[in-house]
Amino acid sequence: MRVMVLIKANEQSERGEMPSEKLLTEMTTFNEELVKAGVMLAGEGLHPSAKGIRVQFRGSERKVIDGPFAETKELLAGYWIWEVKSLDEAVEWVRRMPAPDDAADTATVEIRPVFEAEDFGDELTPELREREAALRAQTEGA
Amino acid sequence: MAAADVKRTIEAVWRIESTRLIAGLARLVRDVGLAEDLAQEALVAALEQWPQAGVPDNPGAWLMATAKHRAIDRLRRADVHRRKTEELGRELELWGEADVPDLAAEAADPFDDDVLRLIVTACHPVLSVEARVALTLRLLAGLTTKEIARAYLVAEATVQQRIVRAKRTLAAAHVPIEVPERGELPERLASVLEAIYLIFNEGYAATAGDEWLRPELLQEALRLGRMLAALLPAEPEVHGLSALMELQASRARARVGPDGEPILLLDQDRSRWDWMLVGRGLAALKRAYATGGAFGTYTLQAAIAACHARARTAQDTDWVKIVALYDGLAQVAPSPVVELNRAVAVGMAFGPAQALRLVDELADEPALSGYHLLPTVRGDLLEKLGRLADARAEFERALTLAQNAREHSVLLRRIARCCARG
Repeated sequence: MRVMVLIKANEQSERGEMPSEKLLTEMTTFNEELVKAGVMLAGEGLHPSAKGIRVQFRGSERKVIDGPFAETKELLAGYWIWEVKSLDEAVEWVRRMPAPDDAADTATVEIRPVFEAEDFGDELTPELREREAALRAQTEGA
Repeated sequence: MAAADVKRTIEAVWRIESTRLIAGLARLVRDVGLAEDLAQEALVAALEQWPQAGVPDNPGAWLMATAKHRAIDRLRRADVHRRKTEELGRELELWGEADVPDLAAEAADPFDDDVLRLIVTACHPVLSVEARVALTLRLLAGLTTKEIARAYLVAEATVQQRIVRAKRTLAAAHVPIEVPERGELPERLASVLEAIYLIFNEGYAATAGDEWLRPELLQEALRLGRMLAALLPAEPEVHGLSALMELQASRARARVGPDGEPILLLDQDRSRWDWMLVGRGLAALKRAYATGGAFGTYTLQAAIAACHARARTAQDTDWVKIVALYDGLAQVAPSPVVELNRAVAVGMAFGPAQALRLVDELADEPALSGYHLLPTVRGDLLEKLGRLADARAEFERALTLAQNAREHSVLLRRIARCCARG
């Protein structure tokens, strides 16, 4: 199964401060472990929300809001996409992650399973499949 | 933690740690079979102790330390026995006179070479390819014999037998557990790649049964390919195989329709391809090129798969380039199956009449005599040329040769279509 591992922001990441050299080294080692185990599919760190933009939808209205955003603990600082055998395996990998710089600061990592085709079940059929087919006919009909 | 939770945690720990555990032990005891026994004993100990004592902070080190104790116990017993037979030397030399090496401390060291040694041993050319596949799934992917048996639809006892015999063969042939020397590497590596690709293919195009896909085998093969690419980054074919598998796997979910029927490449809805895997496959192919090595069969096949992956619609496919790549493949690895595939590409690039001439040249090829795709391809070309009665006869012949239930349904549809049009 595929999971997205979400690394929540903290005050340090939101200030745009780089982690210590020690943490960076540990993170690099951890990433190498993930690659060597064949678990890592993708992963990136994100700039602080100060460089981010939100687009808010309300009815037909679209409002563009510049960062930074409040509620630091709900923001993201990075993500991975892993291929694992079970959620338990993902939990075990997360346990092996290096600890954050500030031992007093709480850091949260969230694991979310990615939808697989079978999760959609009947909902993708038949109307959505028909729409897909129509879309295909349009793109290929030229 | 409830006992059931601990059991699931142990399974997850085993999944992460078993390869390195077995690999590290194999180096120290110089015996793959013994290493696996010791690792299994450590696993059993964890299943007994962790539900009461709790999961240790560093479960990998715990398993290694436990396996170490078992190893020492066994060596002590062997020691008493061997003292009498004056065969003390090797073990004492291996373990040192006084202090036994701290295997748990070794676990902190980079284990890459250990894993590499284990994989080339498990895939040693003295073993049949079935034995290599079983050992690789057992030792490198950490699957139980039950899981392997389920994936291959065979009895668990069959898999057990295969593994026992494989270990015996390795021991009898005195296969040393070591990274092969430079000159020997290509042959040993080919043996590893073959086993991994066989696992992949069984997952991607199940040869028997009702299902077209066996997702667990597909995932294990992808994972093994990624592992190997991290271990041997300078080997072009390692990246080539990884690229080929990622690109093929990217189409897995577009390959099966809502009723489980197969959808062929050119009819697939490309929006349903797994674009993350496409990206990974193209990146792996780039790494294969970047090594500067000669293109081997996996890299060339990956390059062909990449032509499809880059085409946004089936009509955009660069068939001329695919024909050229098949020319390359036919030189590196000449085979009637490659010629048949090349004929299909020629048909797409230059028309069915040219392709039919190539396919007809293959008609008497003994290697293709029982191969259902030969009449399928011929039928397809004949249908395109409007020779519907001939096409139908070919599809009917294919029907008698195909073993997969899903392939049967495709062929029956094509026969019906020829009848309707004819």
